Order: sequence, then C-alpha cells, then structure tokens
Amino acid sequence: MTTTTTTAADADPGTDARCGPGMSRRERIGHLLQHHGALMVLAVTVVVGALVFDSFATPQNAANIVVSSSFLAIVAIGMTFVIISGGVDLSVGSSFVLAGVLAAYGSRYGLLVALLLPLSVCGAIGLVQGLIVARTGMAPFIVTLAGLLGMRGLMLAVSDEGANTYLVQNDAFSALGQASFLGLTVPVWITLGLALLGGVLLQRTGFGQNVYAIGGSEEAAVLMGVPVTRVKVLVYLISGLLAGLAGALNAARLSSGVTILGAGMELDVIAAVVIGGTLLTGGSGGLIGTMAGVLLLGVIQSLINQIGVLTSSFQQVVSGAFLALVVVAQRILHRAQRLS
Amino acid sequence: MAELAAAPRVWGGRARLLAWLQEYGVYASVLALLLFNVVFTPHFLEVANFRTQLIQVAPVVITSLGMALVIGTEGIDLSVGAVMALASAMVVLYLGYGAPVAIVAALIAGAAAGAAGGALVAHVGVQPIVATLALLVGVRGVANVLVPQLTEFRNPTLITLGSRSVLGLPLVVIVAAVLTVLVAFLIKRTIFGRQLVAVGGNRAASRLSGLPVRRVLVTVYVISGLLAAVAGVLATSRLQASDPTSLGLLMELSAITAVVVGGTPLTGGRVRVLGTVMGALLIQLLQATLIKHNLPQSWTQMVQAVIILAAVYAARGRRA
Repeated sequence: MTTTTTTAADADPGTDARCGPGMSRRERIGHLLQHHGALMVLAVTVVVGALVFDSFATPQNAANIVVSSSFLAIVAIGMTFVIISGGVDLSVGSSFVLAGVLAAYGSRYGLLVALLLPLSVCGAIGLVQGLIVARTGMAPFIVTLAGLLGMRGLMLAVSDEGANTYLVQNDAFSALGQASFLGLTVPVWITLGLALLGGVLLQRTGFGQNVYAIGGSEEAAVLMGVPVTRVKVLVYLISGLLAGLAGALNAARLSSGVTILGAGMELDVIAAVVIGGTLLTGGSGGLIGTMAGVLLLGVIQSLINQIGVLTSSFQQVVSGAFLALVVVAQRILHRAQRLS
Repeated sequence: MAELAAAPRVWGGRARLLAWLQEYGVYASVLALLLFNVVFTPHFLEVANFRTQLIQVAPVVITSLGMALVIGTEGIDLSVGAVMALASAMVVLYLGYGAPVAIVAALIAGAAAGAAGGALVAHVGVQPIVATLALLVGVRGVANVLVPQLTEFRNPTLITLGSRSVLGLPLVVIVAAVLTVLVAFLIKRTIFGRQLVAVGGNRAASRLSGLPVRRVLVTVYVISGLLAAVAGVLATSRLQASDPTSLGLLMELSAITAVVVGGTPLTGGRVRVLGTVMGALLIQLLQATLIKHNLPQSWTQMVQAVIILAAVYAARGRRA
C-alpha cells in the first residue's frame, strides 16, 4: 500500500489548481474529468432527477439533502487533507460516534463543555495517531484501524457498554444542531464555513502546499525541507477534530448521543473523497471535488427514496458500483495522461 | 513510507527483542493467556468451554487465511465481511434446490466477488484498499437486496454442517483445520505459493522474471472470496438463519488483526499461516478471558487496539 508510482504531475504540489498553457487538449480534458468529474456527474444527476421526478427538485428536498449530507461533509473535509497527504484515517467513524456520546454527556454541564469535551478527546486521539504515523513510519491504515477499535471501546466504556443513551440537556447546544438560519440548519452553515476555510488552507497557504508535497513524494518533500512530521501530525489532528465536531453537531441534532449510528461511516467518507477525484495515492485532489462527492452520495440516496419501491440497500449497490466506476475511470485517465 | 522512516539501525538488544516478538510473540501470548486462564479462570479446562471457543473462532480463522494470502501480495481485502453476508443470502435463496446447490451457489458468489476485486487490482491497477472498499459497500448492498430481512430456515444438511461433531470435534472446526492445512500446503509446497510470495516481495522483479503477476493476484483475491464464502456458509448453518445486514459485519477488521498479530508483514512477501491461526485464537482467548472475568466488551476492543499497534511496531523493527 505504501509503494506508489509517483509521476511528475503528482509530485508537483497543487498541480490540480493550475491547468495552464502548454498542455495538450487531451491532457486538459483528462485534468478536467479528474478534478471536476464528480461535479459534472452531480449536475447531470440533478438535472435528470428534476426532469424525471416531480418531487425531487423542490426546495424542501434540496434542503433535506444538504442538511443530511452536512455531517458527512464535515468529516470528509478532514479526510481530504489526510488522503492528499498520502495517508488514510479509518478512525473517523468511531470518532464521530464517540464525540456524539461525549457531547450528549457533557451537555449537562453547559454548552461549552458539550463542545469542548468531544473536540478535545477526538483531537487528542487524532494527534496521537498522527504522532505514531509520523514518528514510527507505521502504515496509517493500521494505526487508524487501531484507533477505530480503541475509540469504539472508549465509546462503549463511556456509555455503559452502549446501553446508556445520554440525552442532550442543554437548549443552547440542541439549537446548534436544529436551529435554522435562512432556511438551512446551523450545521450546513458550519459545513460551508469549514469547506471555505479548508479550501483556503489547502490552496493558499504554505501548509496546504506542504500537504500536497508530502502526498506527492515524501522523499522529495523531506529533501525540500518540508517539516514532514509536523504536517502529518496536523493533518490527523484536523481529521480528528472535524470528526469530533461532526459527531457533536449530530448529537445536538438528534438531542441524544446515539451509540450505533456512524459505525462504518469512514467508508462512506473515503468513498465520497475518492469519488470527488482525490487520489488515494496522495498528492492530488481538492475540497470542491470532495463536496461534490458528498452531495452526489446524498442525491443518489434521495433519488432512490423517490423511486420508492427500492429499499435503501440499493443505495449501497449504486454507491459501490459508482465508486468502482470512478476508480477505474481515474486509472484510465491517469494512464492516458502518462502516455501523452 | 515505512521504508523511508525506518532508518538503518544496528541490531542491538531492542531490535533483536522486536524481531523475536514478531516471530514468536503470538505463540508466547497465546501460551501466556492459556496459562493465566488455567490458573485463574474457573471451569476453563472443561471440554465444553474449549469447544465453544473453537466453534466461535472457526469463521474468523477461515477468513483470516484468505486475508493472509492477500496481505502476502502487499494487498488488503476489506470485502470479506460483505462476502460472508452475500454467501449467507445465496444459501437462503437457493435452499429450495437442496443444500448442496445452495452451498455451491454461495461459493460461486464469493469467488465471483473475489474475481471482481482481483480484476480491479490486477488488470486496472486500482489500489487494493479502494477496490475492495467499493466491493464492501456494493456486495453488502446486493446481499441486503437479495434477502431484505432476517430469514430463518430449517435444513437437516445445514444443521449437520453447523452443529454436528465427528469424533468429538465440531464439523465447523474440522473444516477450519483442513482449510488451514490446505493453505499452508499452498504456500509452502506449490509453485503458486512461491509466485504469491515473490509477487508480494517485489512485484516489478516478479514481472521482469516472467511470473504471471496478474493471474497470481486475481487468484489470490478469488481464494479470499471463496474462503469468506465458506465462513459465511458455516456461520449461516450454525445460526439456521440469514441476516445479511449484520452477518460478518466488521469481520475484515478481525481478519486483518489476526493476520497482523500473527506476524505477517503488511508490506507483503511473507505469509505466516500458523501465525494467522494463532492470531485469531489470541483475540478469541482475549475476549473470552475478559468476559469470564467480568470485564466488559469495551476493554476487549481497547486491548485489541494496543495489540495491533504492538504487533505492527514489532514488524517494523524487523523490516529495518
């Protein structure tokens, strides 16, 4: 998993942002498909959905899709950072659940505790995972797998083996998940803010460029003087914090720390990021694609609900098939770019 | 990345300890846990207890064997739990034609899922983790669509398979043991085994020396799918019911843990069959020990996390 054939295009930090002159038409089309393919498919799906189903293109349904996608989106922002840096974070699902339980538990001590408790615990675990990955060179996949198990255990320990569902006992905190502003709930606005912030961080700062550099070629990044350890630790810290925030907001929305939702979420998040055009080999991708990937999963779910007779299991089939299609397309594009 | 961070180091006492741990750590841990239980756990030495432990661990052992082969090629198969569910769904669907047909259908479905993953990895060049992730999501979806809810059944052949014993040993355990011997033979004594290890150790060199790299990779994923299907059939037979939503859930994590704890490096090029079985046993024993001493499930998972980290850390020392 760690040996990656790095092409020059991958190694150049932030290549994806530029689609400059000197590229052949074929290369340009390849780039466009790689980085905005998800957005195009999303647009097509929405148009087709609107034409076929009367109740699809209503403001109410659009709001539903956006609201239910926002939690996945927040986690996916962190995951995008991790994957661009060449890693992967399997612990986000557990982190999400743990944060929900901790937030609901903490809400009896006030709004501040309800937010800070999950954020500090999930952030700390993200930090530790980052330190282990960066310092020992162990595969991110296995370190965060241990994190997944450890946090699931911690969640069970906090909630009396999952038997105890804490209720949110703080109106201000509940409002954070349920209140609406301009027709959309607060988590949606938080998602938008974080996506914007993340985009700026990734594309416009030295830190963002370092993330791309490490993912493109860690060896080259070391030689260029990139503080590899620090960047890696920060990336996993960001992922842990965002998963924690999403879990806390979800608890606020549901008014309770549900102990069973969110298991396996890491797979949806990775799927969304990959569908969005971020390569799991690292060094390439971006947040616009990730957001499109998240929305696309939400739209597919909504369309399947529209069809009615189909169960939600079909969504899994479609998501899986779609993910396979996307990675195959990416490989073909990748080869075409290398050949030209 | 592992190669990069692990700088060359002198083989001091610490490195030697780590190497020893990677090689024999799993056996030592199983032995230590057994001894602990013999001394401190009442009724541990009873036959019934051993039986229960072995029956419970059998599906994990079987899926772990396939996982060990895949990891030996520097891959990973996240789809094994979903394939178990698919196999279970097929058993229910085809039970009307008799148990043998149902079992064959389940095995074919498992092999087909494995072939799909193998083709993505070998022919398209998709990373194993993504290819099998797509399979995980899709295959469990298919299983759920085929059998939407918990379905119970009664079939004498499957009851025999799931619950009977021969010479005091449950059939399920015998199947697991036979498959272990087969996989060990495959690795140690066949050309395919040599090729598998070579492909995992150095794919470029294998290709240059004319090994059928793609065929080996596809075969490995097919075997993993097949073994997962066997585990699914056994689990379904034992329960006399199929529930594709929950069967085999998170099995991929248990299998990966067993393989890693058993000393098979994630970097490929080496497969430890007996170590994998011991890894599965270790986790099973650990769970049983904690439960018997009234420690909750949450502890098991946290201890498991520490064991995985320790195992991979020891393996890293060996690579250096």
